[in-house]
Amino acid sequence: MIEGILLPELDDDSRPFWDGCAAGELRVQACGECGRLRFPPRPMCPWCQSFAHNWNAVSGRGRVWSFVVPHAPLLPAYQEFAPYNVIVVELDEDPTIRMVGNLVASEYQPINSVDPYSIEIGQPVRVVFQRLGEGEEAVALPRWVRA
Amino acid sequence: MVDSPAFVKDATCIVGIGQTEFAKALEPSEKQLALTAIKAALDDAGINPSEVNGLSSYTMENVEEFDIARNLGLGDVTWFSQVGYGGGAGCGVVGNAAMAVATGQCDVAVAWRSRKRGARTSRPWAGVGQRVSGHPQWSRPFGLLRPVDEVAMLARRAMHEYGWTRDHLANVALAFRAHANRNPSAQMYGKEMTRQDYTDARWISEPLCLFDNCLETDGASAVVIVRSDRARHCPQPPVSIHAFAQSINRQHQVMTNYFGDDPLEGPAWACARRLWSLADVGPGDVDVAQIYDAFSPLVPLSLQGYGFCAKGEGGPFTDDGALEWPNGRLPTNTSGGGMSEAYVHGFNLITEGARQIRGQAINQVEGAEVCLVTSGEGVPTGALLLTAAR
Ligand SMILES: [Zn+2]
Repeated sequence: MIEGILLPELDDDSRPFWDGCAAGELRVQACGECGRLRFPPRPMCPWCQSFAHNWNAVSGRGRVWSFVVPHAPLLPAYQEFAPYNVIVVELDEDPTIRMVGNLVASEYQPINSVDPYSIEIGQPVRVVFQRLGEGEEAVALPRWVRA
Repeated sequence: MVDSPAFVKDATCIVGIGQTEFAKALEPSEKQLALTAIKAALDDAGINPSEVNGLSSYTMENVEEFDIARNLGLGDVTWFSQVGYGGGAGCGVVGNAAMAVATGQCDVAVAWRSRKRGARTSRPWAGVGQRVSGHPQWSRPFGLLRPVDEVAMLARRAMHEYGWTRDHLANVALAFRAHANRNPSAQMYGKEMTRQDYTDARWISEPLCLFDNCLETDGASAVVIVRSDRARHCPQPPVSIHAFAQSINRQHQVMTNYFGDDPLEGPAWACARRLWSLADVGPGDVDVAQIYDAFSPLVPLSLQGYGFCAKGEGGPFTDDGALEWPNGRLPTNTSGGGMSEAYVHGFNLITEGARQIRGQAINQVEGAEVCLVTSGEGVPTGALLLTAAR
C-alpha cells in the first residue's frame, strides 16, 4: 500500500520530530531559553532569537481544528483511498501548535477508515503512529484516532 | 500613517495593457505568448519597444528577461526584477516596476505573466517525488496534495468559526461567471451557470467543489508603466498607481498557513494596513475590485482582510448580489476573474483594473475612479490601488 505514498525528506530541522515518531513519541521543539513551543521546527526561536532548543515529548492529545475530504484527481497512491480525510489537529499543550494528519479508525487502518461525515471540528483525538517503508527508509507518520 | 515620504504615490501610471487569447490549450509557446501580450501593451501605449528599459516578472515565469529583450528589440535594459510566490506576486510585479520608474532606475517598464497551465505537467503537484522536502513535508505525506486541499482546510475552518456557507461561495462563483458570460475574451464567455449547477457540481476537496476552483489557462497579459508626467501624453487615459503594498505577515507559512495565532488572518490583513496607510482613499471609496480568486474562499477572506467588512463578515458580505455588476455594492472581478475569465496567476485582474479606470471595460462600472487589485491571499501577497489620474 505504500507504493507512491509521499514520505518526508528528513532534514536538520525536521529529523528529531520524525525520529520521535519512529520511537512512538510525539515531540515538539521548545525554545531552550524562553521555553515556548514552536512548529514546524526551525533553527531560531521567533520570540527570543535563541538557537538553543529541546525536543519535548507532548501528550499526543488534541482536537480537530479543521478537516477536508479530497476527491479525484489525486496522485494514484492517494486516489485509491479517496474520498479520505485530512485533518489539522491543535494540541492540548498549546492550541496554536497545529499539525496536519489523518483521522483513522485505528493505528492499523487506512486514511479512509473513518466516515468523513462523522468528523467534527473540536472532536478530541490522540496520536498513533503508522510505520511506512522498509529498513533504513522506514518512516513513522503520526495519525490520529478519536480519544 | 506611514512616516516616510510616499515616493510611489501617483508617481507612475499604467499607460498600456495587452493580452493574448485565453484558452485551455493554445498552440504558441509561452515565449510567443509573452511577446504577443507585451507587444500589444506597447502598441496600446504608443511606445516603441526600443524605449523599454525595465522588466518586471514572476519568479515562476519561464520566459527570461534577456529573451524578452532580444526578441522584442528592447534597448539597454537598466532595471529588472522578479517577485516570488506565484499567485501572490502579480501586484508586487507591477508595484516593483512602479517603484523602479518612480525612483529613476528605468523610464519605461514592462510587467507581464505568461503561462501554459493547460499542460498537465505544469501543475505544481504533478511529478512530485516519493520524498517531500521543506515545509510540504508537514502536509503532503498526509494526502493534503493540491493547492485546493490547502485552501479547503481554511474554508472549512471559516465555515465553522464564522458560520459561512456554501451559498456564500456560490455567490462568488456565480457573480464572476455572470461577468465572464458577457466578456468575449473569457473562457466562460456565454457559458452560463446556475446555483443548481454549483450545488450539483462534483467535489474536488470538500467543502470545495469544481466551481470553487479557478480555470486552467494558456495565455499572457502585460502592462506598460511610465512616469505620470509622460503618461499625460500617451494615447490612452492614464491609470495612476496610487498605492502599492506587499506583505508576508508574521508567523506566515506559504499555502499551508495553519500555524499562526489566527490562520484565517492571512497576509491580506498586513498588506491592507500598509496599503491604506499609503493611500488618500479607504475601502469605502473603492468603486470596483479585482480580488485574487484561485479559489472562491479567498474572496471573502480578502474582503474582510482589506476592510470591506468586519472580521467574519466576508461570507455574508457576498449576499444580495454585492459582487455583481452593475448593481452590487462592490462589483468584483468584472471580467470574470481567475474563476471564469482566465487564470494567468492573477495578472488579468490587473489589466481589468486598468480597463475599469480607463472606462473601457466590458462590464464597466460607471464613473469608476478607484479600483483595488489584490494578489493571492494565503501566500506572500501584494495589492494595488489604481485611480483615475488627475
Ligand atoms: Zn525563545
